[in-house]
Amino acid sequence: MSRLAALFTSLETAGRKALVPYIVAGDPQPGVTVGLMHELVRQGADIIELGIPFSDPMAEGPVIQLAHERALAHKVSLSMAIAMVAEFRQTDSKTAVVLMGYANPIERMGYKVFAERAAAAGVDGLLTVDMPPEEAHELSEILKAAGIDNIFLLAPTTDIARIEKIAALASGYLYCVALKGVTGAGHLDIGAVTELLAKIKAHTNLPVTVGFGIKDGASAAALAPLCAGVVVGSALIERMVNADRSQPEGEWLQSVGALIGEMREAIDA
Amino acid sequence: MSSKVKTPDFSQFPDANGHFGPYGGRFVSETLIHALDELSAGYERLRKDPEFQAEFDHDLAHYVGRPSPLYYAKRWSEEVGGARIFLKREDLNHTGAHKVNNTIGQALLAKYMGKKHVIAETGAGQHGVASATVAARLGMSCKVFMGEDDIHRQALNVYRMKLLGAEVISVKSGSRTLKDAMNEAMRYWVTNVDDTFYIIGTAAGPHPYPMLVRDFQSVIGREAREQCLAQNGRLPDALVACVGGGSNAIGLFHPFLNDEDVAMYGVEAGGHGVETGEHAAPLNDGIPGILHGNRTYLMQDEAGQIIETHSVSAGLDYPGVGPEHSWLKDMGRVNYVAINDDEALAAFRKLTLVEGIMPALESAHAVAYGEKLAKTMSPEQCIVVNLSGRGDKDIHTVATLDGIGIE
Repeated sequence: MSRLAALFTSLETAGRKALVPYIVAGDPQPGVTVGLMHELVRQGADIIELGIPFSDPMAEGPVIQLAHERALAHKVSLSMAIAMVAEFRQTDSKTAVVLMGYANPIERMGYKVFAERAAAAGVDGLLTVDMPPEEAHELSEILKAAGIDNIFLLAPTTDIARIEKIAALASGYLYCVALKGVTGAGHLDIGAVTELLAKIKAHTNLPVTVGFGIKDGASAAALAPLCAGVVVGSALIERMVNADRSQPEGEWLQSVGALIGEMREAIDA
Repeated sequence: MSSKVKTPDFSQFPDANGHFGPYGGRFVSETLIHALDELSAGYERLRKDPEFQAEFDHDLAHYVGRPSPLYYAKRWSEEVGGARIFLKREDLNHTGAHKVNNTIGQALLAKYMGKKHVIAETGAGQHGVASATVAARLGMSCKVFMGEDDIHRQALNVYRMKLLGAEVISVKSGSRTLKDAMNEAMRYWVTNVDDTFYIIGTAAGPHPYPMLVRDFQSVIGREAREQCLAQNGRLPDALVACVGGGSNAIGLFHPFLNDEDVAMYGVEAGGHGVETGEHAAPLNDGIPGILHGNRTYLMQDEAGQIIETHSVSAGLDYPGVGPEHSWLKDMGRVNYVAINDDEALAAFRKLTLVEGIMPALESAHAVAYGEKLAKTMSPEQCIVVNLSGRGDKDIHTVATLDGIGIE
């Protein structure tokens, strides 16, 4: 059983929900990422979505766009992101790590080379934002052979036929985009998400996480009962940007990670 | 160069998923799929609808001023001393370039699909102006996304768009140029997809855009074909067009693709020279990859990041290219060459002096290659060069290069 499948099984048994922070590899600089990943785990993260920096992150709102730009200013690449996961794995074999990014860096590395290197580093899943199921067959086969889960997005506009098509290719979990918009948008509608999740769950047994628009403990706690886990990206990165960089590294990490602690507490309450 | 391979029937592409061989497709976030499905369905219905086609043809005739002339550039041809060169005069269209053929088509599509608002991306501002123009005519609101750097460089076009009632939105992300404007327009579209139509300016982007932009621009090639037969009694020996995203080129080429004896040349922006790396010529010096919803040749680094391009011509300054061109390159059906900044500027001056026609700097790339090609051919042969736009918008750029300040 994959690390992700095992995680969701054990969470379900325990009646708990997955907390999934998203950060961009190398933001604000390459040296802090692995330490930040460990801090997020200490604060209660179950899965870490590690963003692969890309020059043209088309689905991101302004906060995450800037995170990509900061990482790219340090020339952080897909290779470096994979190396960060390998370093993280030296002391953490339990937390699931999913790489999330855009197709071109993976295409450039080559699907096979990527899958082999990512699997060797301990990557559990890949979410390629701009690769819908129609284009994903070759990559899906290669990921499957390497034991990496292929995670897909579902949107409020995804119809039932597509939900079934996507679920047939997906493994690990499905990532449900909670609103019509880009990451970090502010118009989360719990009623609409409830309906959407019901539609999705009627057509797949895969765990469903929800993201885009979750900002704090309250919004996480409101959504968590409806799904298998909640994803937080923009709000976490905003916390990081606003955290005082002049304090000692450990305190800085803790003040950033505290948002995950607050959300953990709110979800588990 | 022609008829060297057994070629497919080009009119049958792309396939149902928008693929031209390995290129094209629909590489977008799931959040955009529904909008693209809706657009595909709307276009499939309307491309066969006589009422829609009649309105499109009417607008091309009476609003754009089509057909555009196919003009024999006699003095220039004789001076070059080779093939006879004909100019397809897209510069005479309303708004001064081929762009309006496509914006008329897409805005009509928006109207028939019941969308009240249109958005567009623009680099130099030509597509933004063409979009703002048709939006004004149809009474639609129009937002144009434009890189912050381009807004400073193209102040006149920004003001033109504002006079036409459009809102120009400054894009401050990434390299603050055309590619970033396209990213931002996509982001806006995702959020406002219910009532908004995105008018893409070139034959690139996710399916069905490369197909529908090509179809709307193909009026250029259909006219040129008829005009050439009427004037010369036969098809041209070669076609020449500049390629940025490649909409004017595919519009000229497509109706001739099945004519194996017609050679075709797509001219990319060589910038400071392809060998310097400072150019915008992905078909000459790029690698296939995925950007803006399609797989195509791209300017990218070893890590798969899109790199900045350079061309004196803002309209060619784009790191990708329409996917059909990538396919035509691999098949050898079209030859893709490059003309650098200096050659294009020389052609701009030459055509202005010899024919009294001032080409856009984009089109000047085709003019420069047309001259090179004509020299290798005989006066019995003829070539068609697509004069995709007029050069008024570039006078400021040329004057600045000459060290002359014009305010």
